Amino acid sequence: MSQAATDKAPLLQVENLHTAFDTPAGRVRAVEGVSFELAEGRTLGVVGESGSGKSVLVRTIMGLLGPNAVVGDEGRVLFDGRDVHQLDAVAARHFWGTEMAMVFQDPMTSLNPVKRIGQQITESIRFHVGANRVRARERALELLRQVGIPEPERRLEQYPHELSGGMRQRVAIAIAIACDPKLLIADEPTTALDVTVQKQILELLDRLRRESGMAMILITHDLGVVADHADEVAVMYAGSFVEHAPTAELFGDVEHPYTAALLGSIPRTDLPSHTPLRAIEGRPPNLIDPPSGCRFAPRCAYRTDACEAALPPLAPLLSATHSVRCIHPVGGARRAAAAVSGGGA
Amino acid sequence: MSDASNARPAAGRSLAIGLGLAVVGAVGTYVGLTAFTADDGWWKYAVVAVAIVFVYNGLQRACRAVFGPTFQFGLWLSIVWMGLIVSGAVFADLLPLAESRDVSKALLEPIDLRPNLFSRHPLGTDGQGLDILGGILYGGRVSLAIGVGAIVIGVAVGMLLGVSAGHYRGWLDRTISFVTDSMLAFPPLVFLLAVVAAFNPTIVTVTLALAVLAIPTYIRLARANTLVHAQREFVLAARALGERDRSIVWRELVPNVALPVASFSVLLVAAFIVAEASLSFLGLSVTRPNPTWGNMIAAAQDDFRTIPHGVFTPGAVLFMTVLALNRIGDAARLRWDPREAKV
Repeated sequence: MSQAATDKAPLLQVENLHTAFDTPAGRVRAVEGVSFELAEGRTLGVVGESGSGKSVLVRTIMGLLGPNAVVGDEGRVLFDGRDVHQLDAVAARHFWGTEMAMVFQDPMTSLNPVKRIGQQITESIRFHVGANRVRARERALELLRQVGIPEPERRLEQYPHELSGGMRQRVAIAIAIACDPKLLIADEPTTALDVTVQKQILELLDRLRRESGMAMILITHDLGVVADHADEVAVMYAGSFVEHAPTAELFGDVEHPYTAALLGSIPRTDLPSHTPLRAIEGRPPNLIDPPSGCRFAPRCAYRTDACEAALPPLAPLLSATHSVRCIHPVGGARRAAAAVSGGGA
Repeated sequence: MSDASNARPAAGRSLAIGLGLAVVGAVGTYVGLTAFTADDGWWKYAVVAVAIVFVYNGLQRACRAVFGPTFQFGLWLSIVWMGLIVSGAVFADLLPLAESRDVSKALLEPIDLRPNLFSRHPLGTDGQGLDILGGILYGGRVSLAIGVGAIVIGVAVGMLLGVSAGHYRGWLDRTISFVTDSMLAFPPLVFLLAVVAAFNPTIVTVTLALAVLAIPTYIRLARANTLVHAQREFVLAARALGERDRSIVWRELVPNVALPVASFSVLLVAAFIVAEASLSFLGLSVTRPNPTWGNMIAAAQDDFRTIPHGVFTPGAVLFMTVLALNRIGDAARLRWDPREAKV
C-alpha cells in the first residue's frame, strides 16, 4: 500500500522476512521483520552500518544462506507475483541469473581464481540461454565492452589475478548482467575499491540500469552513494528498516534519530579543519539479546521510557511513501539538507 | 646504443668466465674420480666436492649470461635430472645395459669394477658382477612406481573424501574426520611392518601401504582447502547464477583444491621415494634380486671400505632425485600459491 504512487504491480515484494543464525552463543536475529516493495526499473538503496543485516537481507532474498541460518516461515519473497522460495529445483536454477542476479562486495574473492575470465562469463550464458561456444563468446565480448573493459579479446584469456580490482568488479558485473536479469542486487559493490574506481563503478551501474531498465537493490554504508544513485532509500539498523522513503523525500526531511545521527557523522569539508568528527555514541545492540523496545533507544538522544516499552512499527509519517519506525521523529530537515549537499562520494 | 654495447661484452665475459669455471670443475672432478681408490686419503672426496661446486657455479654463470639474469639454473637442472631418471626408468628395457638382476647371467662379468663412463659398465659393477647403472635405472623404476603410484591413489581417495567432507559437512564430515584422525594416530612404521609381515613385499603391496599412509594427509588438505574456498564469494556467486551443487563442486571447488594438492604431491613423492629406499634398505620392500636404490646400498655396505661407489652411486642418485623433486615442488608452490594467497 505504501507504494501506491506506482500503478504497476511491483516487481519485487518482500514481506515480513525474518532471518536468524544459530551460533554457539545463541540465536543471532540478523533480520527482523523487513517488508518492502520495489517497482520495475527503480533502485532501492539500503544503508546501514556493519552488522545491521543488509547483506543477510539480500542473501535471504537470493536464498544464499548457510546451513545454520533459520528463515522465518512467515516471510515471503514474491518476484513478478511468484514466490521465489517455493520454486522447484529446475525452475529455481533458471530463475537465479536470468531474473535476479547479484554483484558481490569483494571482486578479489567473487571470481574463481583458477578459471579464465572468458570461461566464467560464458558458462552461465551457455547454461541459461543455451548458446553455443561461438555465440557465447561473442556475447561475452559484447558484455566486456558494455562494462567498459578495454581490449576485451585479450581479457577473455586472462585469469582474475591479472586484472586490477576495478576491472575485476567490472567483470563480476558483466557476469551478473550476462542473462539480462530484471533485478540486480549489488552488495556493497564499491566498498573494496579505491575512491576514484568507486565512482566509475557506480556510474557504470547507473548506465547499465538506464540502458536495460532493470531494477536494482544497492547495498552500501555510504549515505552519499545512495543520495546520488538510488531512487528510494531504506535505512537499516539492527536487522530492520528504521526509515524508508524516496531519496529526495528522505534527505529533505530526516525523521528517524538514527538517520539524523548518521548524516551528522559524515565528515564535512565546509567546516574548519580539526573540527572533531561527530560519532554516534555507544555501539550497535547485541543481536542475540536485543533491547526489548526500539533497537536504537540505548544510543538515542531523544529516548523516553515509552521507547523501551515496545518496538514501534514502521509507519507512514507525513506522506504515504515516507515510513519511519520511531515515536519521537526529529524532523531535522535543515540539518540534513546541509549534510547531503556535501556528502556526495 | 651505448647500453647495448656495454651489455654485450659483459655478457660475453660472464659466459667465458662461466665456461672456464665449468671446465676447471670438470677436470677437477675427473682427476678426483680417477684417483678414487680406498687406499687414498679422504681429500680426494674434497677435491671432487669442490670441483662439482665449480662446475655448478660455472654452468649457472654461463646459462645466466645466455638466458638472462633470472634464469633458474637449479630448477632447470632439477627438471633435466628428473627427465633423465624418468626416461631411464621407462626405457630401461630398450637400453644396451649389462645384466643387473640375474646373478647367474653375470658370472663372467668382473666384480667390483670401478666406474668408467666409456666401458660396458659406466658406473661399475657390484660384488656379484651386476651392472650398477642398470640397477639404478631398474631401481628408479621401482622408486618412481611406488612413489607416484601411492600419491595417485592418495590424491584420488583423499580428494574425493576431503572435498565431500568439506562441502557436505554434517555426519559425513564427522565420520570422515574421525577416521582420518584415527589413521593419523596409528604409528606408520608399525603399520608398514605389519603389512610386510602379512603380505609379500612387492611393488603393489608397498604402494598400497604407502597410499594408506598418504590418504589421511590428503583428506585433511583437501577438506581444509574446500572449507576455505566454499566461503569465498565466487562459490556464492556461482550459486546466485543458478549453478547446480554438483557443478559447484567440480567446477568451482575441485580446481581450486587441486592446486595446493598438486604442489604438495611433488614434495610427498620425494618423501615416499626416501621412505621406499629406507624400507628396502631394511629389507621390508622389494627384495633382491630385483634392484632398488635402498637394497643396492644395503648389499654394498659391507664392502664400503673397498668399493665405496657401490654405496655412493645409488645414494647419490637418491639424494639428487629427492633434491630435484623438492626444488621442483618449491617452484610449483611459488608458481601457484601467490595467486592463492592474494585472493
